[in-house]
Amino acid sequence: MTRLLKNPLLLVIGLALVVALLPLLLPSTFYVRVVALVFINALAVLGLNLLMGFAGQVSLGHAGFFGIGAYAVAVGPTHLGMPTWLSLICGTVLAALVAFVVGRPILKLRGYYLAVATLGMGMLIAMVVSNEAQITGGPNGMPVPRLVLFGWRTAGPLIWYWISGVTLVIGVWIAINLIESPTGRAFRAIHDSETAARVLGVDVARYKLIAFVLSAAYAAIAGSYFVLFDGFVTPETASFLRSIEFVVMAVLGGLGSIFGSIVGATILVLLPQFLTVFHDYEHIVLGTIIILFLIFLPAGIVPTASSFFKRRSA
Amino acid sequence: MGLAEFLQFAFSGLTVGAIYALVALGFTLIFNSSEVVNFAQGEFVMLGGMVTVFIAAAGVPLPLAAPLAIAVAVAVGLLLHRLAIEPARGATPVTLIIITIGASILIRGFAAVFFDKNYHSLPPFISGEPVIVGGAALLPQSIVVLTGVAFTVILLWAFLTRTITGKAMLATAANRLAARLVGINTSAVVGLSFMISAAIGAFGGIIAAPITLTNYDIGSMLALKAFAAAMLGGMGNPVGAVAGGLLLGLLEAFAAGYISSQYKDAVAFLVILLVLFSMPQGLFGSSKVERV
Amino acid sequence: MSILAVENLAISFGGLVAVDGVTFAVEHSEIFAVIGPNGAGKTTLFNMMSGLYTPQRGRILLAGEDVTNTPPHELARRGLSRTFQNLQVFFRMTAIENVMVGRHLHEKRNVLTHLFTLPSVHRQNANTRARAAELLALVGLAEAAEKPAGSLPYGALRRLEIARALATEPKVLLLDEPAAGCNPVETEEIDAVIKSIAAQGVAVILVEHDMRLVMRISSRIHVLDRGRTLAEGRAHDVRSNPAVIAAYLGGAGAQEAARAVD
Repeated sequence: MTRLLKNPLLLVIGLALVVALLPLLLPSTFYVRVVALVFINALAVLGLNLLMGFAGQVSLGHAGFFGIGAYAVAVGPTHLGMPTWLSLICGTVLAALVAFVVGRPILKLRGYYLAVATLGMGMLIAMVVSNEAQITGGPNGMPVPRLVLFGWRTAGPLIWYWISGVTLVIGVWIAINLIESPTGRAFRAIHDSETAARVLGVDVARYKLIAFVLSAAYAAIAGSYFVLFDGFVTPETASFLRSIEFVVMAVLGGLGSIFGSIVGATILVLLPQFLTVFHDYEHIVLGTIIILFLIFLPAGIVPTASSFFKRRSA
Repeated sequence: MGLAEFLQFAFSGLTVGAIYALVALGFTLIFNSSEVVNFAQGEFVMLGGMVTVFIAAAGVPLPLAAPLAIAVAVAVGLLLHRLAIEPARGATPVTLIIITIGASILIRGFAAVFFDKNYHSLPPFISGEPVIVGGAALLPQSIVVLTGVAFTVILLWAFLTRTITGKAMLATAANRLAARLVGINTSAVVGLSFMISAAIGAFGGIIAAPITLTNYDIGSMLALKAFAAAMLGGMGNPVGAVAGGLLLGLLEAFAAGYISSQYKDAVAFLVILLVLFSMPQGLFGSSKVERV
Repeated sequence: MSILAVENLAISFGGLVAVDGVTFAVEHSEIFAVIGPNGAGKTTLFNMMSGLYTPQRGRILLAGEDVTNTPPHELARRGLSRTFQNLQVFFRMTAIENVMVGRHLHEKRNVLTHLFTLPSVHRQNANTRARAAELLALVGLAEAAEKPAGSLPYGALRRLEIARALATEPKVLLLDEPAAGCNPVETEEIDAVIKSIAAQGVAVILVEHDMRLVMRISSRIHVLDRGRTLAEGRAHDVRSNPAVIAAYLGGAGAQEAARAVD
């Protein structure tokens, strides 16, 4: 088990295999739908993990970028007559641009100042999409035209399972490449000691910004997929609660662990599905999970499990 | 038109700002004694209003329901400290924020289940026609809010500077280790700060409910605005928290009245960003030198 | 031309004058020690020289160029590197990864290429890793390469920081108490490392409390007391300088020491 976690390339191959074979095992399209949602969330969380787990920053407003991606594929085709695939790219670019512009000043902050500043940024984005009703449909949202791939209208869980699954595998592959590169080492150095990173020649501001922009792009793509899958977008996609959910998924699975991002997304997506009887208690459950995990398992599931196994085999 | 309108905005801004001041004050109290940024602060305000509404609806007379609601909030504050903050001592500041966010979600979840998701109001404490000042209408309840907040601030100040327990809190805020070394039970002090913050937050929720209405969901926005107010006044400075709250309320009211009412809530975030980038120490704070 | 020169450097914190008009110049291959009692301003001086603090007065010249307000990562690019008194090790990375970060400036930093497994990135990673391994061997940490830095003992961490700082291929190396907490054997090893670094042309500036190490290896010594220069010169001259002795030992102790030295 630990060997799987140690060799990153095995993770990519393993994930690709899981994505390829899982539909054969799933009993109904309901499950396919749920797994597709897991993949989409995992993609967003993966990006957030690059920022929080590796570069050591914090973002409590990441749903803002998710929302930008989501609204891009709604507004683009509906109001600007752009094809969906182009709107998706534009949404990702827009999110990256916002991250670039906002990131430069904001990333100079640390700790809870950065946390609240990013929270504020996320809230502002949510406010804009909720208020500009003429463009965005306001608090009630707007329908999202389906993606048309090679003349084929994509609807239904299976096609989105494949799209999000393949994108996730690519996203994981890119993340792994990044971590084992000078940029990845720069991220991790900044996380452990910004001062030392600086005197070793690492342009700290530049790398924080890169992490922020990259994580925004991951979130935006995930956001676009989310609403294209659903056929509808509401301001809830950019809400504070969603930002917190992403953070909880990242922390739960284990910050600094790519596999952990997937685990965290899996748990928080599956939980409400299997607790539908507890739907009204969703917030109570979420709140309790946050508190319990952050007190007792702050390192997250995957890192804790892997050090447990390491100790067993030692 | 000009003066009356201006005064109208000022009155409503000060009223709401007084509530922000209370929440920011409670927030500052907790921050000072424990360095915790308590995101669940707004939930105490929510509990004050909502619990009063529902206890009163069950037949309890209002003068009894209100103190009971404050007691409930205080109990929740204590539980929050004992169950969520104490066990996490030593965690990073960001982890602590997320824990308090989790707590606020939890409390909100309970409110949604035990109460409901509707907006509720309370009857004003002083009924009657609004007072006309300079062409603007000042609600009697606004006067209640402003005097209530002023009274609370004075009471708190007296407690902190005149009683032994209060001074212990100030000592803990100034230097936690030194306080422990002189025998102060800092854990109890932090717990007390949570309880006091809950009480003043709940009180604010009760006196504001007749004007601003109450709802299970008002907590998180309030917490953010309290943070903005505390930052504006100077993080950790109680006078600053009160001043910041009032100022924020005024800025919001003027922005809503003169610019756009839709983006009223954005003012708080813009304030946060502005303060962070131009004067991080706030209006009354001192700039700290960071030693490497 | 000296590789590093400071002219009249001064900085205060609040009302406290930490460094008050310090001037010196260091040459290639020289081992230049800065000593002084606690609170003399040595680390503050280092922090100014490495760009972490901005001096309020004075200039810093690196290879003749004014770098007084240059940020740390830019100074690194120009050939200045340092270690830290309070250990700024990357604790969650392995020892070899720590040193690999030191190679950052010598790597190609185009982020786009890092997103995909291009053969050039692989090759570069391998080169960086090999070079890091060499440096670890130089400081005697070859076996600890794959261990998480957080698990290494204190003395090893000091040597790790030196290896990491060397990885940048500096022209000037600032060592902040490299032998602190080391036993005599470890101190001798560090002694040898520092000498070999200087022999390769690097100017080493050393803050140290271990007087035997300082006297053994320094070409020149600069003594600070309460932010001001007390003396500068070769080891023997500084050691018998009465003002230096008085600063370290106080008035009565100085009398005793004066009797001992003569």
